[in-house]
Amino acid sequence: MKFTRRDTLAMGAGAAVATFMPMQAFADANDEAVMAFTGDADIMDEGVELTAPEIAENGNTVPISVSAPGAVSILILATGNPAPRVIEFSFGPLAGAQSASTRCRLAGTQDIVALAKMADGSIKRATSIVKVTIGGCGG
Amino acid sequence: MISRRDFLQASVAASAIYGASGVGNWARLAAQQALTQEDLLSFNKTGNVTIIHITDIHAQLKPVYFREPEVNLGVGDATGLPPHVTGKDFVDMFGLTPGSPEAYALTYTDFSALAKGYGKMGGMDRCATVIKAIRADRPDALLLDGGDTWQGSYTAQMTKGQDMVNVMNLLKPEAMTFHWEFTLGSDRVREILADVSYDGLGQNIFDKEWEEPSEDFKAYEFYESGGVKIAVIGQAFPYMPIANPGWMFPEYAFGIRDRHMQKMVDEVLAMGAELVVCLSHNGFDVDRAMASKVTGIDVILTAHTHDALPEPVLVGDTMLIASGSNGKFITRLDLDVQNGRIMGFAHKLIPIFSDVIEPDAEMATLIDEQRAPFEAELSEVLGTTDSELYRRGNFNGTWDDLICDALISERDADIALSPGFRWGPSLIAGDDITREDLFNCTGMNYPNTYRSEMTGETIKLILEDVADNLFNPDPYYQQGGDMVRVGGMGYHIDVSKPQGERLTEMTMLKTGEKIEADKTYIVAGWASVAEGGAPGEPIWDVVENYIKKQGTIKLDPNNSVVVTGV
Repeated sequence: MKFTRRDTLAMGAGAAVATFMPMQAFADANDEAVMAFTGDADIMDEGVELTAPEIAENGNTVPISVSAPGAVSILILATGNPAPRVIEFSFGPLAGAQSASTRCRLAGTQDIVALAKMADGSIKRATSIVKVTIGGCGG
Repeated sequence: MISRRDFLQASVAASAIYGASGVGNWARLAAQQALTQEDLLSFNKTGNVTIIHITDIHAQLKPVYFREPEVNLGVGDATGLPPHVTGKDFVDMFGLTPGSPEAYALTYTDFSALAKGYGKMGGMDRCATVIKAIRADRPDALLLDGGDTWQGSYTAQMTKGQDMVNVMNLLKPEAMTFHWEFTLGSDRVREILADVSYDGLGQNIFDKEWEEPSEDFKAYEFYESGGVKIAVIGQAFPYMPIANPGWMFPEYAFGIRDRHMQKMVDEVLAMGAELVVCLSHNGFDVDRAMASKVTGIDVILTAHTHDALPEPVLVGDTMLIASGSNGKFITRLDLDVQNGRIMGFAHKLIPIFSDVIEPDAEMATLIDEQRAPFEAELSEVLGTTDSELYRRGNFNGTWDDLICDALISERDADIALSPGFRWGPSLIAGDDITREDLFNCTGMNYPNTYRSEMTGETIKLILEDVADNLFNPDPYYQQGGDMVRVGGMGYHIDVSKPQGERLTEMTMLKTGEKIEADKTYIVAGWASVAEGGAPGEPIWDVVENYIKKQGTIKLDPNNSVVVTGV
């Protein structure tokens, strides 16, 4: 079990943020980020491959990779973070592949969303839940 | 659990099915009260390929008692399915006879009484006899080790796993995968692998910095048996840096990585593999979920969760094999592989009854050599036990009750926490407790104890977190250990609830007072995964001191955890 006082308190603080920050504020921040990216286009849950760990080995640096053939840009959102926008990748016409990787910090267990904008303006999406845990006690 | 109909649907020839599993044979032998080595080894040799699977030995060189779990709850889609079946339900599901050798080997019921009759199980010298006999029958049989091999005993602790490495070198497996091995430190893992003849496989062992497959471990290797090209893909324990101290192997990242697994399966098939075997340390439920997502794996050799199943479990076209732990069982799986398809099979979970199977002399000598330098320390009697001492079970075991009592008493704490490890063999009432027995349940590389203040809120946060690692309905979010053991405090748990809502009624046992969120409690524990570990003396010293003071250990039944939502 990992529960040095500092670590546990840090985890507790993260959980507290998630608990006490009004859920509406999260929803608004995510909706705003999504709207700004998608406009009025419908979202289809296909065509995006999002790779994220099921359980983060370290919530402070979670590796995430995304691939969406034909995309002109890809937005990654950490929907449970106070500031959900993680990164937006843009792909020019000469890009050999529309895939990219990054790392992000997660405030706690949450959904990661990848939105891909296609050349015709249509939007594709993939979602993956990443668990942030204290850990320990396995095996 | 496999059924004849399932196999017909999977177009596997029914003619090769041996009893359903070979269990029928055990039951008959039990009725005759005539268990012999010949009977235990008898097998309907089938097809052209033989796989021998042994896993989770946890460095048990000598025969042990190992009580199977009384409580092993399945959640979500796994509810009520093997391996989440125990005791009488297990006996009924597999058609065993209560009180028979197989019921003793596979369930907890009447454990101490049956243990006196049927004796200890396992011992690597007995395992060697069985492996040699199978190889005599099929010389190119593959021996595959599922990992958790180099940790879990006094001698493994003192030799940094070298005793087990020497034993495995004599057994000559084709390949292994990993979990606790990495708690020896990644340098030691690489050092050992550079020196052995077999392959260390793990498609999910990645370079942490570059997020790419590690160059230190192969994802897969090809072997040949009966002229069949067999690909064995390794799958190390996915949650190593979370369940164990990541600072001990900082170069590596793990994870399930099922998409990469699919890529590896496609790759080996493109390279001409006629049979694809996954040597996994995922844990049974994770393997069951992975088998439903990844296509093209013929056999998954499961590990980690220490389940022993007398029949394969079929998921789609993938066969899952569960071979137990601590050297208690070896699985023999014969396959008839024709044109890249399994056309027939025979399977037997061979119970290693140590009083029935003759020790292999060469291995017995090697084991004696490993133990000789430590014989005095190993055999020192610390006390005796009036209670059955066991660990395995979702919520508590008496070994952990003893450890928690020792922590509370020796470290003057209100509450004790002991990790929900699944390794650690059992003792029966009346047994001496030797230092060897103590190390069998505590021997590992981050044993130091801590004593710290925690608020009720923090204690709940920890327990909720661990509970979700066990009872999350999605197996991919389970780590495969058991619930953290708690001393000094009782609680109710509703396993069907989401994280944060499972635990209620947290109560101090000695006063009956409710745990208050903002009140501070003194908590003692061990096995911290934080970098540098904990500051206190190792757990084995704490427990040894306690046992010596007590003389005789007697534990009251532990009813402090009330489980609902099953």
